[in-house]
Amino acid sequence: MTVRRTTLGGHTHEFRSLTDVLAKATPARSGDVLAGVAAESQAQRVAAQHVLADVPLTTFLTEPVVGYDEDDVTRLILDTHDPAAFAPVAALTVGGFRDWLLARAAERDEVAISSLARGLTPEMVAAVSKVMRNADLIAVARRTRVVTGLRSTLGLPGRLASRLQPNHPTDDAVGVTASILDGLLHGCGDAVIGINPATDSPAQTIALLELVDAVISRYEIPTQSCVLAHVTTTLRALEAGAPVDLVFQSVAGTQAGNRGFGVTLDLLAEARAGALELGRGTVGSNVTYFETGQGSALSADAHHGVDGPVDQQTLECRAYGVARHFDPLLVNTVVGFIGPEYLYDGKQVIRAGLEDHFCGKLLGLPMGVDVCYTNHTDVDGDDTDTLTLLLGAAGCSFVIAVPGSDDVMLHYQSLSFTDVLTARSVLDLRPAPEFEAWLAMMDLLDDAGHVRELTPEAPAARALLAAARP
Amino acid sequence: MTDLQGRSRDFGPSDDPWAVLRDATRARVALGRAGDGLPTSRELEFRAAHAAARDAVHTALDADRVRAALTGARVGLDVLEVHSQAPDRATYLQRPDLGRRLAPDTELPGGAYDLALVLADGLSPRAVHEHAAGTVAAVLDRLPGWSVAPLVLAHQARVALGDPVGEALGAGIVVVAVGERPGLSSADSLGLYLTHGPRPGRADSERNCISNVRPPHGLGYAQAADTLVALLQASRQLGASGVVLKDEGTTLPPGAG
Repeated sequence: MTVRRTTLGGHTHEFRSLTDVLAKATPARSGDVLAGVAAESQAQRVAAQHVLADVPLTTFLTEPVVGYDEDDVTRLILDTHDPAAFAPVAALTVGGFRDWLLARAAERDEVAISSLARGLTPEMVAAVSKVMRNADLIAVARRTRVVTGLRSTLGLPGRLASRLQPNHPTDDAVGVTASILDGLLHGCGDAVIGINPATDSPAQTIALLELVDAVISRYEIPTQSCVLAHVTTTLRALEAGAPVDLVFQSVAGTQAGNRGFGVTLDLLAEARAGALELGRGTVGSNVTYFETGQGSALSADAHHGVDGPVDQQTLECRAYGVARHFDPLLVNTVVGFIGPEYLYDGKQVIRAGLEDHFCGKLLGLPMGVDVCYTNHTDVDGDDTDTLTLLLGAAGCSFVIAVPGSDDVMLHYQSLSFTDVLTARSVLDLRPAPEFEAWLAMMDLLDDAGHVRELTPEAPAARALLAAARP
Repeated sequence: MTDLQGRSRDFGPSDDPWAVLRDATRARVALGRAGDGLPTSRELEFRAAHAAARDAVHTALDADRVRAALTGARVGLDVLEVHSQAPDRATYLQRPDLGRRLAPDTELPGGAYDLALVLADGLSPRAVHEHAAGTVAAVLDRLPGWSVAPLVLAHQARVALGDPVGEALGAGIVVVAVGERPGLSSADSLGLYLTHGPRPGRADSERNCISNVRPPHGLGYAQAADTLVALLQASRQLGASGVVLKDEGTTLPPGAG
């Protein structure tokens, strides 16, 4: 534990550990107050940022915030660190790293930025994000390239994909199908058609997998399906021979957090191997999907490190350290879902969404965001518009969309299908290329490449609605 | 052609195919478009639902209103009021730990009761206003012979505030009727949480839950009370609550409490 000090405006600020500096340097959010680690004043926060800016990046390789011996996430991070990839920035401090990233972004040097991924640890990336403003996070993320694929290609420049989320409170096949069709008619679903099942039973999971697989096969849609059941349930589905495109799991940034989710690194590796064996990809072989969110470790009382509680954003980045080990097709933060005790209002949710996207991308993840909110958080459609358009500018891989913004199973609001259309329109972004070609083939695009608003007689509408035919 | 229910159906030229989607789910499908956005009417519908949910969260618990409703439902128990350590709504929302602890000056009369009932504002005081009295009356009707402590109305309260309340009152079991997090179409849903041997530190896995008490759209009072009373009797017999009480459909929903 190294005490660090700085003097700012005649005041000396002292921080008792690297963990303390990271927490106090974090832009304000309710979860860090709840954990008792937040800065106690604005001046203290900026003082911590000054101290953090002077920390050499190599410090994060020798001063783990969560212990190496007691935490398998720390071991994974440090044991897989790639010194060659790290070399271009190895001599820099956190502040110097920020300057380096901004310079490369201005030069549009995507290769230089994107090649760092395996040389960076989550703690380094969290640290630099804490001294960056929102526009910095956007500017650098925009020049960080992460391309993945299974049956569609995600992360290409000028593209914004979407997860079509057709949840239903009872997993009713007809209800789920109706939401899928509505999404497809709005040009959504190129990242994945992904259902949160109402119950975690293997039989239900298999039934939903078969339902989506039937729609995808019938119309030869270049996308993939996912039922976001627990990884152990997906393993059962794999054993039963179900059409599993993607293995899903929520992950956290500590071993204790993952234990809370009922997963181990071995279990994730086993499920990934099972899905890979099916060979269901056409343009790539990324077969995993992870969700994360700031506050998940704290909510499971799994946020403790060697020098006390760790701030939620650093732990979120460590969850990315877990995810990237399994070569995911998709990763997204569910940024406004967890509640106001972690992210209180629109300002905090927007900041966190941009941080998560930037940090995930820089660590090499195909990063998407569930731009969302619950009704007890001080967030509304104006805030989600702002975050969505900022993420579009930042080159976000995908967002999540549900019918009319209203998830009738999980009882929260995400983006609507029309929000995806608006973001693509405003920012000149297009769907994944294979999916875009399919939309054109189905006569769902106009001459300018926009998803057309269909009349009731349109052949495309009639063709898709026929999916209901037994 | 068949529709989504698999019923045979012919689309004439005047039929609206979108109606087929809308009939198939409560999800907001086939809303139509205004350019790349929603038509004004649909946009305003959504805002109205969100506004109702937001207002339900931020409405203050009206103790007089609840007392009047209890009197109206012929509930004869005394009514006490307590506050958590969260002084206001903003603090309550950001500090769930404070909502689980009683304010330091709280005084509750100790006794020896089979059951204590706590009416907690939670995330929807509106649910307590509208459904607490009916629920309590239905439960008490089904518990002849049980000694029941004075009712406790709890302000800025989480489920776990029932633990110190139940302990102070000397209750064998505490049931917390709490306003649940409002959904877009359900701003007044009441949840019932049963904890045997209440004392601070009880885990969520030691509770049983009945969710969505909200007639006429959700569970009715009689139906909820039947389920709760069955759980109460089983809990008293077993001397425990939570996952050990194997009753289908009574596990805690994610994010509860």
